[in-house]
Amino acid sequence: MMRIKTPKNGRVRRELEKRAPKLVETGKKTLILQGTKTSGTLNGVLSEIYHLKKGGAVRFTRKNDNIRPFESGGETSLEFFSLKTDCSLFVYGSHSKKRPNNLVIGRMYDHHVYDLVEVGVENFKSIESFNYDKKMAPRVGSKPFIAFVGEGFENVDELKHLKEVLLDLLRGEVVENINLAGVDRAYVCTAISSNKVYLTHCALRLKKSGTVVPRMELVEVGPSMDLVVRRHRLPNEGLRKEAMRTAKDQPKKKIKNVSSDAIEGTIGKIYIPDQKVGDVALPNKAKGVKRERREAKKKEANERASKKQRVESE
Amino acid sequence: MEMETESQKPFHVDVGNLLAFNPFHNFPSLPTSREELVKECLQEGTKLVQAVADSLFNLPSTEDVDGPLVKLPPPSTKLPREKHLPKPKPPTKWEEFAKKKGIQKRKKDKVVWDEQTGTWKRRFGYDRVNDDKDIPIIEAKMTDEPGADPFAKRQDDKKKRVEKQEKNRLQNLKQAAKIGALPSHVQLAATALPITGTQAAPKKVTKDELGNVAGMAATSTASGGKFDRKLPGEKPAKKQGKHRKFLPVVEGSGIGSREKEQTENVLNKLISKHSHEILNVGKAVTMYNVKKEKRARNKRSQEGKSASATNKLKPKKQLHKNTGKKGPGSSKKGKAK
Repeated sequence: MMRIKTPKNGRVRRELEKRAPKLVETGKKTLILQGTKTSGTLNGVLSEIYHLKKGGAVRFTRKNDNIRPFESGGETSLEFFSLKTDCSLFVYGSHSKKRPNNLVIGRMYDHHVYDLVEVGVENFKSIESFNYDKKMAPRVGSKPFIAFVGEGFENVDELKHLKEVLLDLLRGEVVENINLAGVDRAYVCTAISSNKVYLTHCALRLKKSGTVVPRMELVEVGPSMDLVVRRHRLPNEGLRKEAMRTAKDQPKKKIKNVSSDAIEGTIGKIYIPDQKVGDVALPNKAKGVKRERREAKKKEANERASKKQRVESE
Repeated sequence: MEMETESQKPFHVDVGNLLAFNPFHNFPSLPTSREELVKECLQEGTKLVQAVADSLFNLPSTEDVDGPLVKLPPPSTKLPREKHLPKPKPPTKWEEFAKKKGIQKRKKDKVVWDEQTGTWKRRFGYDRVNDDKDIPIIEAKMTDEPGADPFAKRQDDKKKRVEKQEKNRLQNLKQAAKIGALPSHVQLAATALPITGTQAAPKKVTKDELGNVAGMAATSTASGGKFDRKLPGEKPAKKQGKHRKFLPVVEGSGIGSREKEQTENVLNKLISKHSHEILNVGKAVTMYNVKKEKRARNKRSQEGKSASATNKLKPKKQLHKNTGKKGPGSSKKGKAK
């Protein structure tokens, strides 16, 4: 026996529609959580990532000891959280003697784990430790420039995977229009060796140059860290093919009452309803102007006049 | 999109993502100090960002209140989706039938002309056109049985029609759910059939109860549920029954050889070496007192009622066993002998 459940609230209905799969997807949300043990640096890293992604991130602060991303049974909690918070990217931090300052960055497809990259964080410098002119601090939610430097990102498998995941993490929303005055941040990732990447967050300064294009200047503001790639798990071929599928562009919706002609170009049709000129309401109806009132007054005046005449005649 | 710079080394620039990638840089020797490394990274980063900005600022821009707006091209790096592509809704049974027969959809008006009252009335809702309650007289037909209420029959018919429609809607949604194209705001929830006609819905089973039932089912297997394949994330079964602790087989004779202690405790209790410690004097005294009072009360009540027949009928209370008070006392007697 089945029962149909529909939301009785407009708010709930809108929320469900936001979470439904769409043809063209908007920004991914990130889930930031931690494992049984975290170190001081790791706490700093997690909170700074949360600050950088303030608009689209959820931070869990309790420890979760039943999450082991690289084991087959240890992902159920992660998938449950992803389903409930509607997050498709996650950053899981844990600290142990074997893997100090460990960060697992992963992506989900349909709320099941798609791929994972495990990195260790070294030489972490937090936002507070940088001193710079506070006026050029990047604003929350601005679209960043992303720069990848190094041949390692092309040749080494793990770094290639890390590049893709970092792009997904740092990208933010995909927008059609961008305000040129609002570009103020950049992420720079350099491949130092075949398994180490230096990631830093900089503010942009646009300087006057002769042409339309301003001269860019990078000033380090945000967190900077060394990422050492430890393990990674690529998605299955079938899953990857399915996730990379894009819908063919939808035929553009026909705008009504617009047609195009070879000679005249674009033609539009406008339909105007019948105008009943007599019944149109006058804009400033002064009290004395109303016809009924006038007529009523006239009638009264006549009656009074006739009454007087009768009285007089009598 | 590739871009040639002055140094003749192409970068990969993706303006849609504001991304730039330089695949040709490498550190021939790692710079000695950290600052050198940082400086070089920033230099390379600046070059790349400049390359992106070059293409970005050269795009056609429109003026806006806050600043120049630029329309970005779609990103060229492909990234995986986060959810599957939405599947189109399958046609419902009526839609298939209509397509086969060639029935077109007609647009219905919200108001309909009502002949009876001579006004425009709603098609549905309050004060509607063909409302059941507006019919004053229903003429009897030859086929009607005497004694049947035609108004009630009309209402029943309507109810049946509505139920049929609901059933058909459910079937259509089930069909859509089967191929994964359920609309986002609809959920199909399973309800259990009520047993023996009671209207009460079955109680929702809690997580602990489910675990208990699963454990019970597991113990009914031949190996007691120990080697059952577990679902991912399922916790191991809780141990049922008394917790029995066994002593280790080989034990050193260091502090507290536990076996010796255990046997000592047992023997002490049996032979009552320290019997004054074993007997709880206070408890024994209270028990004796309570028994005495009860006996006295019973005797008084029996004297009050006083018939000998009732005495015979009353169950004799002295037949109860005497408990703990006797235990060590009896052993003492045994020892004294």
